[in-house]
Amino acid sequence: MTLAEPQTTLAVRCNDVVKTYGSGNSKVTALRGVDLDVRTNELMMLVGPSGCGKTTLISVIAGILDQDSGECEVFNHDFKHMSAGEKTRYRGQTVGFVFQAFNLLPTLTAAENASIPLLINGMKRKEAVERAQATLSRVGLGDRGHSLPAQLSGGQQQRVAIARALIHGPKLIVCDEPTSALDATTGHKVMEILREVALGEDRALIIVTHDSRIFEFADRIAQMNDGQIVKVVDSHMELDKH
Amino acid sequence: MLMIALKMLIGDRAKYIALVAGIAFAALLITQQASIFAGFTRRAGSWIRGVNYPDIWVTDQTMEFSDDLKHMSDMKLHRVRGVQGVAWAVPMFKGIIQVRLPDGTQKTVRLLGLDDATLIGGPPEYVAGELKDLRQDAAVLVNQADLVKDLSLPRDPSGRKLGVGDRIVINDNQARIVGIYRSPKEFFWGSLIYTTYSRALAWAPKERNRLTYVLAKAAPGEDPTTVARRIEAQTGLLARTNAEFDRATIMWMINNTGILPNFGITIALGFVIGALVAGQTFYSFVLDNLRSFAVLKAMGLSNKRVLMMLVLQVVIVGSVGYGLGLGLASVVGYTMRDTEIAFFMPWVIPVFGAVGVLVCCMLAGVLGMIRVLRVEPAVVFKN
Repeated sequence: MTLAEPQTTLAVRCNDVVKTYGSGNSKVTALRGVDLDVRTNELMMLVGPSGCGKTTLISVIAGILDQDSGECEVFNHDFKHMSAGEKTRYRGQTVGFVFQAFNLLPTLTAAENASIPLLINGMKRKEAVERAQATLSRVGLGDRGHSLPAQLSGGQQQRVAIARALIHGPKLIVCDEPTSALDATTGHKVMEILREVALGEDRALIIVTHDSRIFEFADRIAQMNDGQIVKVVDSHMELDKH
Repeated sequence: MLMIALKMLIGDRAKYIALVAGIAFAALLITQQASIFAGFTRRAGSWIRGVNYPDIWVTDQTMEFSDDLKHMSDMKLHRVRGVQGVAWAVPMFKGIIQVRLPDGTQKTVRLLGLDDATLIGGPPEYVAGELKDLRQDAAVLVNQADLVKDLSLPRDPSGRKLGVGDRIVINDNQARIVGIYRSPKEFFWGSLIYTTYSRALAWAPKERNRLTYVLAKAAPGEDPTTVARRIEAQTGLLARTNAEFDRATIMWMINNTGILPNFGITIALGFVIGALVAGQTFYSFVLDNLRSFAVLKAMGLSNKRVLMMLVLQVVIVGSVGYGLGLGLASVVGYTMRDTEIAFFMPWVIPVFGAVGVLVCCMLAGVLGMIRVLRVEPAVVFKN
């Protein structure tokens, strides 16, 4: 009897992706022919100095920004070949987001915030909020469903944001500096939750971060510089020191 | 998503109240000023509407409105009576005349003479006496509202008011008050004192022609408008139905008093101020929530549904603001019902106000909507 090989199909495949902003003298090239593969069941971190193109790359991967050239497929779907409506719909079903500043709606409770992706996908409010309550329990906030964001700590708010990113079962979760607004302990806890709850189910996580304290959670780390991936490594020990 | 839109709107209490207040202020100004304008125009024809029995008013050809007193020869009455389709026709006099009150005060009033036989055209409501009391010697009827204004007795040390039995002097003729009537307020100036036609002619300054109006009734089965045109064709006089005479008087007032542009300016100001306040506040609300809208768009909310959220927010703000403004205007109108303020709110004013507020809200919302529709979801990654 042999153990089954873990499935490692490609979640994201970027090939020679180029993105520029502005024109003429103010033209800035944010991505200069990026190649990147992200596998399912993998936590990939994008690291690199400010302005190297990390956020632009995850924006392209998440389908909220169009590349100028090159291909970027997410689970074999290239946003470039989709209409705006198709892209929006696909993003709503396939991608979950976690932001540095949490981006919770301040007038909604934690459960209501977490339920938003389900509402966007057409679920009835009552059922969506019930599901959100259950998802909040998975991230350790079962008792805070009725709290407003202002009544929660930074770590708790980020956990609500994680619940929001997970609730609709997206295949890809993109996180932009999810721990940079948190202290070390809280950031560590948030990463543990992300690894425990978000990974699996043939899902892929891409995390953009500067926070070297959380590198240990990555399966692979892609180092970017000046709009290009300069190195993809399995351990942060192999990263170039700058 | 609509519930989320509602919570986003109401959650920011200060902005929500400012938005509703802006719309309510616009609605108040628009509906209240329009109602006062309607009240004034209504007063212009109130006397005509108070004269119940006739269908047709026949006057000199040059008479533009109800108090444009141009007299005709008495013979015209007979010519009107001779027109086919006229059931009956009676004379009426209206003229300006001097009155001396018991305390010696002199006033200029309007004297109205009713047909001696029928007393047609008399006031419909009385607080003392009745119409038939005009048949008494030297009898006159005075308006209750005038007893504290034009016909008050400022020189009387007792501070009393004129009443039934008091004597007044009309153009050097002794007259006796036999009744006090109540009537809707008029736009036109001066007290209106009723007496009989013959007595009015006897008291009024001598003129060759003194017949002011012929009040006529169309025979059963005859259309008053058709009869009026027939009277005009056969007599060369101006014959108007009640509605035509009422409308002509209102139009004269609108065209000759500047009342329309005066009220129009206030209504327009209400509209502009409301639109500006609501527009600025709503735009500011949208800017404050721009990131939230961008997050929703990034998470897969289509522009169409974002637009629906914004429309709902505008509709809620507009409805609540409009309801408050209209309610406030109604309360103000009700409170002032017995004052000189003319306030009349027919159904068309709330409809007109709703359209005005709708335009205010659309202007308020459209800039914010454009901004939200244009925001790139990618901004969610910018801090």
